[in-house]
Amino acid sequence: MTIQRLFIANRGEIAVRIIRAAQALGIHTIQAHSEADADMLAVKLADEAVLIGPAPAKDSYLNIAAILNAAKDTGADAIHPGYGFLSESPTFVRAVEDAGLIFVGPSADTIERMGDKVAARQAAEAAGVPVVPGSKGRVDTVAEAVAIAEEIGFPVMIKAAAGGGGRGIRVATTAQELKSLAPQAKAEAEAAFGDGGLYVERAILSPRHIEVQILGDGENAVHCFERECSLQRRRQKVWEEAGADCLDEQTRAALCASAVALAKAVNYRGAGTLEYLYDAASNEFFFIEMNTRIQVEHPVTEMITGVDLVAEMIKVCAGAKLSMTQDQITRTGHAIEVRLCAEDPFMDFMPWPGQVKSLKIPTGEGVRFDHFLSEGYQIPPFYDSLLGKVIVHAETREAAIDKLVVALTELDIDGTKTTAPLHLALAADPDVRAGAFHTQWLEPWLEAGNLTAKGDAA
Amino acid sequence: MSDIQSPLPGTFYHQASPEEPPFKVKGDAVAVGDVIGLVEVMKTFIQVNAEEAGTFVQYRVGNATPVTAGDVVAELE
Repeated sequence: MTIQRLFIANRGEIAVRIIRAAQALGIHTIQAHSEADADMLAVKLADEAVLIGPAPAKDSYLNIAAILNAAKDTGADAIHPGYGFLSESPTFVRAVEDAGLIFVGPSADTIERMGDKVAARQAAEAAGVPVVPGSKGRVDTVAEAVAIAEEIGFPVMIKAAAGGGGRGIRVATTAQELKSLAPQAKAEAEAAFGDGGLYVERAILSPRHIEVQILGDGENAVHCFERECSLQRRRQKVWEEAGADCLDEQTRAALCASAVALAKAVNYRGAGTLEYLYDAASNEFFFIEMNTRIQVEHPVTEMITGVDLVAEMIKVCAGAKLSMTQDQITRTGHAIEVRLCAEDPFMDFMPWPGQVKSLKIPTGEGVRFDHFLSEGYQIPPFYDSLLGKVIVHAETREAAIDKLVVALTELDIDGTKTTAPLHLALAADPDVRAGAFHTQWLEPWLEAGNLTAKGDAA
Repeated sequence: MSDIQSPLPGTFYHQASPEEPPFKVKGDAVAVGDVIGLVEVMKTFIQVNAEEAGTFVQYRVGNATPVTAGDVVAELE
């Protein structure tokens, strides 16, 4: 089976990225768009474009019937979902397949299994991938909680088994502390959820977010090394790197091998990512979840490996075998991506959907700018604020940060605010330079007023 | 008579959520700073507040309607 006419059911920078990859493969591209997106760059670049509905995403990019009708009307034989929207909807995948089209991504069953936290954890354990040590199920007594904590090691987190939303969570560093905290957690769980059942799990207090990019053809799987995405605000990644310099070679090899083992165990097809928490204190990593789609931060992996992840996912989903073996995938240098959003970082990241009056794009060896902007473009207020991504590649991490500063200084988007000052301030920060951060680092850094001081200077 | 304008482009809502009643109905007293509606812009909800006191007359755009910055969204007297 081959793909000749690819329908792109997404917008923004990832739509542009998919068009470029598909066109390079000689595939005819059909870009879906909402009424609000008629002028976007992807519509101009695609071989054809089709209106799928009004501005609200629920009526356009999330409207399965409208997408399938448009795909059939335009004679598409495959659909690429990008990221977000319907990219991880098993219902959508089944509808695409029922319509006789190829879905560029994994099977509905794989998405369903990996989207279920419990099932994903079980699949990981079965494949020998480490997961955060915890109680097998609910714990009903304090004595039982203490016994489990002593087995898995302190510090531990005690949560309401029926919980959610952070209620009823306690962290204990000793058995003594657990004995006094567990009854409180139990009482709070009873009050909040009417169920005093607890769950005990190892607490990783300052985790780093490390993830492994994998590719699979449904039978075989390979990894394209790891990324570090610890700089996050409101659980949104803002700055991503490849590789993760905090890992030693042995740990990196074990981490990447575990990701391949899980990808093979679930017969993964397409591009996917396994997310882990890394505990630098104990040099241990734990699987948390799998993303069954191409991700925003895929370019850093492309920069260090030279693999075109989007092209490869299109080919394997069309039925080809992986075009490379593990020993052909090597890593060179260090890459960094920053997410450029239409927000005012000095006004608590207030959205700023302006009009692009003029645009100056950074260029040069090892500099890439994935975006969907053009001069005169009115940024629509109806979708997320991601405008593009500045990606740099250099021999070392230090040199990559220097190159990022140059690229961000060269970039000039007149007519809208962007988060570029945040990235310049981060690039100037000694902790960021030293790689001394974790997932809980950025928000306190912002609250401490670091952005204003250094952003102004930069 | 005074008009309340949307401070930002986006989608204007009369209610805090589909289950909630509208922020204001005809005849309601409006104080300075009262929330009249919400504008959803890039997945963030921004409050639209009254800058003058008065009595609420009507919304000038429908619930969940796209607006641009400066559009009149409600009317007071």
